[in-house]
Amino acid sequence: MAEKVLMKGNEAIAEAAIKAGCRHYFGYPITPQTEIAAYMAKRMPKIGGTFLQAESEIAAINMVYGVSAAGKRVMTSSSSPGVALKSEGLSYLAGSDLPAFVVNVQRGGPGLGGIQPSQSDYFQATKAGGHGDFRMIVLAPASVQEMADLTIKGFELADEYRMTAMILADGTMGQMMEPVEIRDDAEIKTFDKPWAVTGTQKKREHNIVNSLYLKPEQLEKENFTRFERYKKIEENEVMYEEFMMDDAEICIVAFGIAARVSQNAVVEARKQGIKAGMIRPITLWPFPKKRLLEASKNVKAFISVELSMGQMVEDIELATKCTRPVMLCNRVGGMIPSPEEVLQKIKETQGGIN
Amino acid sequence: MIVFDKPKSLTDAPLHYCPGCTHGIIHRLVAEAIDELGIEGRTIGVAPVGCAVMAYDYFACDMVEAAHGRAPAVATGIKRANPENIVFTYQGDGDLASIGTAETVHSATRNENITVIFVNNAIYGMTGGQMAPTSLPGQVTQTSPYGRDTSLCGFPVKICEMLSQLDGPEFLARVAVNNVKNIKNAKATIKKAFENQVNGKGFSLVEVISSCPTNWGMTPKDALKWIDDNMIPYYPLGVYKDRSGEAK
Amino acid sequence: MSTFNILIAGFGGQGVLFAGKCLAYKGLTENKQVSWLPSYGPEMRGGTANCSVILSDTPVGSPIVSNPNVLIAMNLPSLDKYENATASGGKIFVESTLIDRKVERNDVEAFYIPATKMATEIGAPTLANMIMIGKVIKETGAVDFNTISEGLKKVIPARKADMLEINLKALEAGYNF
Repeated sequence: MAEKVLMKGNEAIAEAAIKAGCRHYFGYPITPQTEIAAYMAKRMPKIGGTFLQAESEIAAINMVYGVSAAGKRVMTSSSSPGVALKSEGLSYLAGSDLPAFVVNVQRGGPGLGGIQPSQSDYFQATKAGGHGDFRMIVLAPASVQEMADLTIKGFELADEYRMTAMILADGTMGQMMEPVEIRDDAEIKTFDKPWAVTGTQKKREHNIVNSLYLKPEQLEKENFTRFERYKKIEENEVMYEEFMMDDAEICIVAFGIAARVSQNAVVEARKQGIKAGMIRPITLWPFPKKRLLEASKNVKAFISVELSMGQMVEDIELATKCTRPVMLCNRVGGMIPSPEEVLQKIKETQGGIN
Repeated sequence: MIVFDKPKSLTDAPLHYCPGCTHGIIHRLVAEAIDELGIEGRTIGVAPVGCAVMAYDYFACDMVEAAHGRAPAVATGIKRANPENIVFTYQGDGDLASIGTAETVHSATRNENITVIFVNNAIYGMTGGQMAPTSLPGQVTQTSPYGRDTSLCGFPVKICEMLSQLDGPEFLARVAVNNVKNIKNAKATIKKAFENQVNGKGFSLVEVISSCPTNWGMTPKDALKWIDDNMIPYYPLGVYKDRSGEAK
Repeated sequence: MSTFNILIAGFGGQGVLFAGKCLAYKGLTENKQVSWLPSYGPEMRGGTANCSVILSDTPVGSPIVSNPNVLIAMNLPSLDKYENATASGGKIFVESTLIDRKVERNDVEAFYIPATKMATEIGAPTLANMIMIGKVIKETGAVDFNTISEGLKKVIPARKADMLEINLKALEAGYNF
């Protein structure tokens, strides 16, 4: 059992990545995630790893591509505008079936936006990480402990399914400190990588890491095969947490910092006699569709609490097949809704359904 | 007795290059260098986007296909992951000197211990003959139909000259493959660029002046002459930087 | 009071974040549920700085303290900004060397500590933050003062271990004020 220490979320990610066996980090400074790079710059040289400040986000993700092709655990981290630059590499990683671990500590957008917390890269992460048909496993931590745990989980999932696992956090999660305990090394799963380019040693046929298929029949097959794998992930890897859902009539759906704020609002609503509860998706892709559909049979309305213009609303509506109203409680541009604002929305919704 | 054979570092896959294209020669020179140094089993190549995109089918060593222009970044990752591997990129002029300029400059300035084969034929071949960053002033291409107007599109990028201003790189040289003498010199230079990596010396780039008869609109023979008459005067051959002391 | 929602506000250089860390670490050593959340912005010396610290017996929900029951105002703009946000019945600690006005609310308890002046007097002019924390611990009992050095050792890096004593001295000066 490791000792509990206070760590910033960003630092917890970095330390957990090292515990997960990551010895290669490539990044480019951008607020509010630069602590990850700073931490890696300090630690990597001492443990025989690589820290390299790349010339751009584009170069960083392609360095990730190189290390991953060589069969080693590797990561990069950035914030919203930087992740947009990485989208090219994310698509190539997907097309070449390479594992990678990527962190997005989101800030307000679009454009240069701001540097305060945001969740407005939800679409980008869950639906449009780059060109072409592909998915990324998207993990949404809501505590510093989860920043660490989901980092380790992310490396494992990435290797197991040969794809990108992304932590979708926000400035608050990155900057806040909470007690955290980093899991012991022994529990971490590793996977054989016979496909890696490590040199043939003249003992085997050459390995090719590639995403180019000029024959449409073959490219189609690659896509179908990849989506078979995605289907398995949707069946086996969904994670969520429930809070006071037993008899809930109003169900908040929120992740990350929005879930933390909403938890206070749910507690307060209960004190006032309103049957509120919360489902907190931990995986944003795969989205907890089944659980939400099941919940829709008992609850009267959903409220999506998010730091975006309502990007997750669509997924809730799809999951529940539009059988219940889905309200939106949001702040954007770096603002965070207060528990009072969420409570107010719960009350309004309660008024609407009675 | 076999007097002429295919290098072991090439596969049996037939090359897709146009008749008269010099990519085939350059592939062979790279493969011969790998064979002669006995490094085939630990070499990893990075293919570009451009005419050489399918180089991963032609080289018998492990191969990675990179996004357009990103080969030096990908090679950096591979080399850092397994420093005992010999890592080379094979890139065209659009890949290396346009969309990937930043990756080129920064891998050079880091003196990344990789070998870069830069094929400069002054045109985009794969997409059908558009202006390249290295197209000559006045050169007619699909996207410079009235000739490259330097007042509108600027001047060609001289990669060796540009990179030679950096403190980082170990070795920069420009060669050509348009006649036997030049090919022999190109071979020796490419081999040196690999040897440098084996000896841990650092970033070694060989710019190979190449021809594109199809998109230049010439016979292969005229294209080789065009290299002598137009390309080499603009892109002088020679060693531009060599920390072991051979730069001119 | 089982939950302390503490907001420490001042300007960069006053050790606002450090003071918060000190409380958070002390809470951790007492097995409390804790969170520490700094404001962040473009890196700038002298800019505004604040941090939210929550110490609780139950799991922390939102780590953002918008209605503190303990406000530590290290300069006038901070008092102006957060006085009205303070929860009714809460405690406001005013750094009275730099703030020359009184708390206007009468549903909160106010304490005035000339921390900057006191810090200079004990030969540690940069430790007004610790003097304020000493007083806060005295008046709230948020953490155990007798073992305060345990928390302090966690936040003061080993290479600055010689700073431990002077920090303790400042905490005590505040506690005994």
